[in-house]
Amino acid sequence: MIPPMLAANPRLDRWARFEADGRARIAFGRMEYGQGVLTALAQMAADELDVPFDRLNVVHAATGEIPDEGLTVGSMSIEFSGPAIRAACAEVRALFAAAAASRLGCDAAELDVRDGAFLRGGQATGLDYWSLAGEVDLAREATGDASLKAPERMRLMGRSEPRMDLPPKLFGAAFLHDLTLPGLRHARVLRQPSPQARLRSLDEAAVRRAVPEVDILVDHAFVALICDTEADAARAHAAAEAAASWEGVRAMDPALSEAAALKTLPHEDFAAGAAKPGPSNRRRIAAAYGKPFLSHGSLGPSAGLAQYKDGRLTIWTHNQGVYPMRALAARITGLAPEAIEVIHGQGPGCYGHNGADDPPIDAALIAMRRPGQPIRVQWRREDEFGFAPVGTAMLMELSAELDASGRLVDYTAEIWNTPHTGARGTAVAESALPGYVAPPPPPQRLMPDGSRFSGGLLNATPSYAIETTRTLEHVIETPIRSSSLRSLGGAPNTFASECFVDEIAEAAGQDPLAYRLGMLAEPRGRTVLTRLSEICGWARRWEIGTGRGLGLAYDRHRGRGAMVACAAEVDVETEVKLLNLWCVCDGGLIVNPDGARNQIEGGMIMAGSWTLKEQVKLGGAGIASTTWDDYPILRFSDVPPIEIELIDTRDQRPCGLGEVSQGPVMAAIGNAVAHALGARVRDLPMTREKIAAALLKD
Amino acid sequence: MRQTIQFTLNGLTTSVEAEESDLLLDVLRGQLGLFGARFGCGAGQCGACAVLVDGKVAAACHTEIGALAGKRIVTVEGLGTPEAPHPLQAAFLELQAGQCGYCLSGILIGAKALLDGNPDPTRAEIARALDWHLCRCGVHNRVMDAVALAAARMREGAGA
Repeated sequence: MIPPMLAANPRLDRWARFEADGRARIAFGRMEYGQGVLTALAQMAADELDVPFDRLNVVHAATGEIPDEGLTVGSMSIEFSGPAIRAACAEVRALFAAAAASRLGCDAAELDVRDGAFLRGGQATGLDYWSLAGEVDLAREATGDASLKAPERMRLMGRSEPRMDLPPKLFGAAFLHDLTLPGLRHARVLRQPSPQARLRSLDEAAVRRAVPEVDILVDHAFVALICDTEADAARAHAAAEAAASWEGVRAMDPALSEAAALKTLPHEDFAAGAAKPGPSNRRRIAAAYGKPFLSHGSLGPSAGLAQYKDGRLTIWTHNQGVYPMRALAARITGLAPEAIEVIHGQGPGCYGHNGADDPPIDAALIAMRRPGQPIRVQWRREDEFGFAPVGTAMLMELSAELDASGRLVDYTAEIWNTPHTGARGTAVAESALPGYVAPPPPPQRLMPDGSRFSGGLLNATPSYAIETTRTLEHVIETPIRSSSLRSLGGAPNTFASECFVDEIAEAAGQDPLAYRLGMLAEPRGRTVLTRLSEICGWARRWEIGTGRGLGLAYDRHRGRGAMVACAAEVDVETEVKLLNLWCVCDGGLIVNPDGARNQIEGGMIMAGSWTLKEQVKLGGAGIASTTWDDYPILRFSDVPPIEIELIDTRDQRPCGLGEVSQGPVMAAIGNAVAHALGARVRDLPMTREKIAAALLKD
Repeated sequence: MRQTIQFTLNGLTTSVEAEESDLLLDVLRGQLGLFGARFGCGAGQCGACAVLVDGKVAAACHTEIGALAGKRIVTVEGLGTPEAPHPLQAAFLELQAGQCGYCLSGILIGAKALLDGNPDPTRAEIARALDWHLCRCGVHNRVMDAVALAAARMREGAGA
């Protein structure tokens, strides 16, 4: 079967072709933002072609240059883009092998490829991809029929190739933020305090007193300050903030910062799974877990550039996809997509839908009103925290029924959250424009089996054989701009369910590890969990309530991806100190083991930070936590040693690994803290106050 | 009032025309065209813009240019080049200590300041020295390993 991404972009020469300079031009529709995707996909391409890695020309992402693979999201590049680039390259190789065979008067099956050259019986034939390029027409549609390399024939897949994008980042170059253009103008947008706010007045003379050369753009509630230098733009912006007065500014209720407050907001309900359980005399337990709104917390505030010239708009962005950016810009500016070119550049890690889509749209809106001028918009830290979408808060009300033997037989997850991808395809600037009408909500996304997709339902039920499960999801009308954050609901759901499984095991009077193994039939999952118990020294686990705790957790990502188990050892006095973290992962074929470890470890540290430290505070006109002082994250001295083990199952389909470690590590920490305290903290983050409250309650 | 301010930048005598209150980060990324120091927060809270001023780590986003006359400033561009990397840069590449890389310029500067004063730091000392620097991708352990590796290499080099 042809991989879906190849079917959507069937022309073979869009993926691979051979250039006169002796390189292979390889293109994919995935954006690199530090996750190593370019390197891993290039390994796949080079391996299927048998072209040396250093003879690849991996095309810089831009509209028209690369296949359209939509957004780079959901840890899906290796799993979905990988098969497309592999199938395309395998087919290209087969076409060239057929051409070589025809020249040599032999069967293509007699030929092998090594370093881009065709061999027959191990001997050079004098033919290579480049010498045959004139004879093979790649401007044709892929069939998807060529067979992929079997694991034992792989030369590059499975090797820890160094990241292609990393070297410039160590020598002071690399980022879109550093791009300069001739005649570049620096602009800042005076943001509406909240989407409905109207500009009552702006004392432009006061702004000009601060920066005499400033060009002030006012269109309805969209206000921009345009200068020759960034420092002047910053000064003009600060002056404009003081010189502006707004009306219709929202007053955000700080109480909405807490997950439990989601229940007070309007919502739509979706039930799935088994019918409600009837009355029974089974043992029933219930618990509610919460996770607050979270910031992506990208280290660099987002930036973007745009230029409008001769009816054409060019946008430079570090967002998650050049084609979606083109569609967004077309919708907002009214230009035809064909009149817009989008060029990608490196940016700070985004971890989902952060502010990256916004400054390029700010810049485009300014550029359309100042034709010819290249415009750069650099968001401030306060903009990134205050106006980028946040990851939704979630409340997870869980209940379970146990039979007389203590077996878990009935499981209900009732989940309250805002839409996990709510702000996709929107820009914060839109609501300031004249005649703004909110775009209609996107159509309901469906799972491959036709059921409703919701980010809030990912990993909603534990990854074990349970006779009866059901979910009830309440999708809240969001009080704040929220959108996708690494793993969507997957990690919070696993945090809740895998902490709850520990509570269930305790109710059943069983060891948490043994209880899990008792309902985990999948052999690969059992291997993962068993191996984890060995490396974390589960057998040494001590009595409860000593102040030191050891906890573990397991899930299968999205119920179909990598199988992952994590353990945490913690010390709890007034605060939680992470002492050690462990992870064992079976992700099928691992294309780049070092890259996989880097992603898994990064996910563990980010999730540790979510668990212990992070909460977006609402208040004022929207978000009140707008500096790193208001939004602490884990620091170097908070990060413990981490041990990661990858199970070698290279004959299995490769899984994305960027989001898989977070849920299990959050739950492992939760379980370790409960073990340390003899009391459970169910509402994140596990701050000093929450720990004290849990101790008082129990 | 604009005035001429002279200092040493990555070993070269440099002078700029600027307001005394202009921020070093804006001057570096603006008229000097050096982009290694990165804008992260504008408040000295994240370390992405770290530079050395007379050997001490400073937040370029919080340092006024007027205070720098006659001082020695080092940015990440002053550490090494792809052809001749500083041992820290070589170790970071060897251990692939980075993901998005936005924090790395500042961290390299922080690590250089540490090793200049302490050629054999423990893991706890490295963590303490880098604690001001935020990293969101979670490469802390790789970074600490790379700093320790670079320190070991530099000690070997110094002893040879």
